[in-house]
Amino acid sequence: MTAELIIPILAATVQSGTPILYATLGEMLTERSGVLNLGVEGMMIFGAFGAFLFTYFTGNPWVGLFMAGIFAGVLGLLHGLVCQVFQGNQVVSGLALTILGVGLADFLGTPYVGVATTGFTPFEFPVLSSIPVIGGIFFKHDALVYLSYTLPLIFWFFMNRTRWGLAMAAAGEHPAACSAAGLNPVLMRWAGVFFGGFLVGLGGAYLSLAYTHLWTNNMTGGRGWIAVALVIFAFWRPGRAVFGAYLFGGIMAFQMRLQALGATLPSSLLLMLPYALTIIVLLFSSARGKGRAAPAALGVNIEPGE
Amino acid sequence: MLGFRIAKRQEPLQWGSFFIFFAALALSLGISCLLLAIQGKPFMRALLLLWEGAFAHGYSLEDTALKSIPIFLCSLGVAVCFRMQVWNIGAEGQYALGAVGATWAVLTFPDAPAWALMPLMFAAAAALGAAWAAIPAFLRLKFELNEIISTLMFNYIGMLLLEYYVYGDWKDPASFGFPMTVMFPDTAIIGSMFGRIHWGAAVCAVVAVMLSVFLKRTRLGFELMAGGENPRAARYARMPYNFLVMLVMVLCGALAGWAGLIETSATLNRLQPNVMVGYGYTAIVVAWLARLRITSIAVFSILLAGLRVGVENLQLELQVPAAFAGIMQGLLLITVLAGQFFNWYEIKRVSGMEGEVDTPGNSGNAGNAGNASNTGNTGDARNAVNGGLE
Repeated sequence: MTAELIIPILAATVQSGTPILYATLGEMLTERSGVLNLGVEGMMIFGAFGAFLFTYFTGNPWVGLFMAGIFAGVLGLLHGLVCQVFQGNQVVSGLALTILGVGLADFLGTPYVGVATTGFTPFEFPVLSSIPVIGGIFFKHDALVYLSYTLPLIFWFFMNRTRWGLAMAAAGEHPAACSAAGLNPVLMRWAGVFFGGFLVGLGGAYLSLAYTHLWTNNMTGGRGWIAVALVIFAFWRPGRAVFGAYLFGGIMAFQMRLQALGATLPSSLLLMLPYALTIIVLLFSSARGKGRAAPAALGVNIEPGE
Repeated sequence: MLGFRIAKRQEPLQWGSFFIFFAALALSLGISCLLLAIQGKPFMRALLLLWEGAFAHGYSLEDTALKSIPIFLCSLGVAVCFRMQVWNIGAEGQYALGAVGATWAVLTFPDAPAWALMPLMFAAAAALGAAWAAIPAFLRLKFELNEIISTLMFNYIGMLLLEYYVYGDWKDPASFGFPMTVMFPDTAIIGSMFGRIHWGAAVCAVVAVMLSVFLKRTRLGFELMAGGENPRAARYARMPYNFLVMLVMVLCGALAGWAGLIETSATLNRLQPNVMVGYGYTAIVVAWLARLRITSIAVFSILLAGLRVGVENLQLELQVPAAFAGIMQGLLLITVLAGQFFNWYEIKRVSGMEGEVDTPGNSGNAGNAGNASNTGNTGDARNAVNGGLE
């Protein structure tokens, strides 16, 4: 294999890993605040639809991007409503959210299936794109990819170095202690579901505005669920999320490349690869130790009056 | 000064939960109507069409009954898993494997007499469905792998496996390239019992009675119910917890497998990809709405099957996309889930002074009440995501 062959595959890896990275970091933010939201798949596709719709009507992909975050964030708030106000079971509420989000995107999007829109187009990042190899892999993409490079660092800084981030983590680890310290864990969790959902929505937007420039049904194809799995794989830390997302990006890019080359393997078997890999990847993260466990209060509702 | 205070009930709401369900149903229908109105559809007529399409005529009632059969079978298994706090989301994939297993039996022994072929089909469907569920169960017990995600991934893989066979080795050479197997011989087709209702309905009845007896009259069934409510206590009582987890998963897999078999044999008469229409996901909604009780599962299977048939009518008359059924299912689940809050909590109107005082009895009961209910046990959701067994 030569560089001419490998660099495009690695570049495609970065590209198809980007939506998964956004979604994984989004779900990670929500889970760090103590809320388990299994609605990622639904939020992601609803965000993808919001991005498409607003870009189609305004012609400005940045508006679409912002609205994708709002669309998915609002679904996140619905999860917050069920779990925080009405004390519903977080697992079931998340599943309901996925069913609802997929249904909504499908229902509202049906008139637009196959319709193209503007979106984000690749451009060479000044200076950095001229670095050999690295430039070709990382710096000939669109703005959303460049944005995603900064995201894990911002995430880490926010969670570990800011007052709000630490308060949010406290709501995920020990709501009662958080409350005793004069903070409001319920508020932190509201922020977690909304801003986590917002990030998931940006991942959805990547699919309809950058990966493709049109609307099709079932655009996410299980990427939301892969993101849920990657949060566990990443031990709730952003660094490993990057690795996981690009691993999946790689397998997706590889599988598409094989199909395009007319591989002798039937396409259904190739399509199984990401799903099978999810299980294998999770097997590797089953060893749990210090700093690897889930937030202690993850999935436990804060009861009123506590 | 008046204020409101949320207090835990001493006992769950009894008759009131019935009304809460209808309020939730009305709310979700209302939101659905709003969505239709946004798209400029006549929503009052839509409600009428939904009702007519699902329950108003003999023909539509038959359709509803037919669709409720696979939903009911899948939902029984899902409910038994949920009772054990095993979050099996994989009925859809287990259903796919059941269809594949049954088809394998038919294509391998096409000339076998019905008395041999039919049992073989049921055995193959149950075995493959059960195997498809046993793998995630094994991975959870052995490697603490989160079963929500593994069963979900197995759904995708199972569906692709079905497609692999239908597009590949099993494709009928005379199908003009369409992905479908040959028509099953008569010996492999589940015939009709009365009208268009086939013998799959009888299978449902037998399974329901046997499962009910198993859960209520046998030691293992009792352990299964108890094991779900408190896994740690179950282990102290030396109940075979791992065995029970495996048992409920295998049971669900076999039942979902039969659902796949019945749909393939009785409804389509051959295997083709459109056997997969999301019954396995609807089964989760049904199981939860029915609060995991067998008789309620029957009622809700018919209700949600009716919803699907009704939406088909909307599709024909008003060009409403089929996805509308998914929206209504999701809304119904969310509103009912939220409504169940009132089973365990009440909102009291109190004066400012009283509001500060909490009666000790309420807070003392809170923990127990939460554990005993199927709705309040959110604490176990943490185990769910970790796949951890402590």
